[in-house]
Amino acid sequence: MKSDVKLFENGKRLDGRKPDELRKIKIEVGVLHRADGSCYLEWGENKVLVAVYGPREAVPRHTQNPLRAIVNARYNMAAFSVDDRKRPGPDRRSREISKVISEALENTILVEKFPRASIDVNIEVINAEAGTRCAGLTAAAVALVDAGIPMKDIPVSCAAGKIENQVVLDLGKEEDNYGSADLPVAISPRTGEILLLQMDGHLTQAEFDQALDLAIKGCHTVSEIQKEAIMNKYASNKGGN
Amino acid sequence: MTIMPSIKRDYIEKLAAEGKRADGRKFNEFRNIEIETGIVKKAEGSAKVKIGNTQVIAGIKMDVGEPYPDTPNEGVMSTAAEMIPMASPDFEAGPPRENAIELSRVVDRGIRESKVVEFEKLCIVPEEAIWIAFIDIHILDYDGNLFDAASLAALAALHTAKVPIERMKPVIEKLQEKYPEAKEYLNNHPEDYPIPMLDPPISCTSVKFNGAIVADPSLDEEEIAEARLTVATDQKGDIRAMQKGLNGNFTVDEIKKVIKDSIDNGKKIREQLYKSVGK
Amino acid sequence: MTQEKRTIVIPSQLLGEIKNQKAGRGTFVENGKIYSEVLGVLNTNNEFINVTPLKGIYEPNERDFVIGVVIEAMQSIWLVDINAAYPARLHVNDVPWDIEFGDTEKYLNAGDVIMTKVLKVDQEKKLDITLKDGDRNDRNLYKVKGGHLIDVEPQKVPRIIGKKGSMISLLKKYTNCRIFVGQNGRIWIDGDSDGIDKVIETIKIIERESLSYGLTNKIEKLLKKDTKDVR
Repeated sequence: MKSDVKLFENGKRLDGRKPDELRKIKIEVGVLHRADGSCYLEWGENKVLVAVYGPREAVPRHTQNPLRAIVNARYNMAAFSVDDRKRPGPDRRSREISKVISEALENTILVEKFPRASIDVNIEVINAEAGTRCAGLTAAAVALVDAGIPMKDIPVSCAAGKIENQVVLDLGKEEDNYGSADLPVAISPRTGEILLLQMDGHLTQAEFDQALDLAIKGCHTVSEIQKEAIMNKYASNKGGN
Repeated sequence: MTIMPSIKRDYIEKLAAEGKRADGRKFNEFRNIEIETGIVKKAEGSAKVKIGNTQVIAGIKMDVGEPYPDTPNEGVMSTAAEMIPMASPDFEAGPPRENAIELSRVVDRGIRESKVVEFEKLCIVPEEAIWIAFIDIHILDYDGNLFDAASLAALAALHTAKVPIERMKPVIEKLQEKYPEAKEYLNNHPEDYPIPMLDPPISCTSVKFNGAIVADPSLDEEEIAEARLTVATDQKGDIRAMQKGLNGNFTVDEIKKVIKDSIDNGKKIREQLYKSVGK
Repeated sequence: MTQEKRTIVIPSQLLGEIKNQKAGRGTFVENGKIYSEVLGVLNTNNEFINVTPLKGIYEPNERDFVIGVVIEAMQSIWLVDINAAYPARLHVNDVPWDIEFGDTEKYLNAGDVIMTKVLKVDQEKKLDITLKDGDRNDRNLYKVKGGHLIDVEPQKVPRIIGKKGSMISLLKKYTNCRIFVGQNGRIWIDGDSDGIDKVIETIKIIERESLSYGLTNKIEKLLKKDTKDVR
């Protein structure tokens, strides 16, 4: 989409970031009372809250898998989280995002330990500013750890994109609207395996390699932030007094 | 569904007979209330309210629309409360059920019928264009007493909300092509301005079980409640809205007691609300 | 005696290698390396690397003593909530009463609280519990009357019971309450309301500081102090 919006000014992006710089991320663990696990995450202006329930018996019964737990991630944007009020209820976009997030999370959860059960992950976007699915998945992973769910890794997500012929990390709002490619990615940081990958726009093969590499690097940086938040919550309860 | 163990029910009722509550509160005492405003930048107004462990978030979004035929020069509002699955292991995803609908409508009436929002001041072009205020309430953590938490969050959000002139300027300017009044409206309101509000009535809910009446029910108290009464009162101590719920009953004296407690608690809560919205 | 700080580990954290040690509970093995599978406390003895979870649901083991809440009385079984991922089944054959067909409701109903034992956990994690006292050393199993019921994190139960019951004995002694702790994180308390309040308050402290050293002494001091103040 052509526009007069200049996304680069003196080598800096609209919000002053360098091409490979992430927006500010803040993570709080265990913020809800009823949920088995929870996480509140701020990523730039994005605000996301996740609650995990489970493992618990899957209902209705016909959804039960006798060999493993099913992972239901439900991504939802609050009506007031966007510029033009969003009608409550899942739209097709939300349902697609729910699906790809469920699949990414499922990969890292040791689901065979809980046959016939479900692990329900509720992702609520309270304020949206580009990159909500990455924020949602990243927060969901922390909430799962907080719930004590056995996992072989803590998944993490980050996006890269292209604006004005330059590949950049973590698109902001205008960049998402006026840029020419968007590549959200989620990985299993221990192994480097890709758990979620979507792309739209236009990238040459070389640009794709660059963008993927950048997104993966971003994922690793965010992974450190996840782990630090978890340790801050739980390691500060250590004994020794 | 989570089952209430019978001995827990018996214990709470036994305590009530001794004049006590399981969490040590007095019968007419509210839990600790926290109010935080302006947390959702995208929203025109927003607030997060905690009553004990119950957490609720409300957001106001505004849009330009057509007035209702019977109130051609007034803005309109619409309230929706969602009991999202995050808040309790017993909440299911899907369209709102009766509990959520009752909650939405009670919160809505408490604001609308008490004329807290000065809708006549939300008119852009008489008979053609007015402001619609959408109040969306999300329950985040359910630990009893959603009525009061939701009402308070909606009020706190409204009190800090600004009519989005800047964001909606293109829409209003387009109206000018047809209606000169739109130009006058923009001249009078060149930037975002606070929603015009009068003093709000405060909602206080009590439940009855085994003859005891307690204010601000905890989750367990709500589970065993036979009847529930929500009363919204204003600064003067006048009654502005009421709702009785559940299939038990109240005597007239009990209702009067709830009204008195609601006026007392309402005063305290109103003070706290004013403090948090900077009034 | 040197006091080591308890080491908290998180899922995917590398703990050791198969060639040096054995993978114990709370761990998984990949390519010869041992990793933590859960948020928990690391404990290694000579042979095994174990991780004790800090949080998570109750995972039933056969012979566990648990406190259940009846969900539904059916024809020949009751469905019971034992705070696990799945409801448990209590069969009419596993109760001490002689029950006529269809009379289950006369004995146990939704909301009733029972002290039971986990009888069997099968491969699909289907759970059976019993009210029949098998071993002579077992405590009595029965339907509970009176008292109060609270929930705690199942992972904190060992701390609340204490080594050889040291912590729970303190609680009973200084509050004059009867207390039964289910492995499933449910605790039944009976006594006067002040005593019950004291037990609940103390358990909250134990939960919060479960990783601290010297907790038993600290709790004893606290309980002693309060009793003195009352006098």
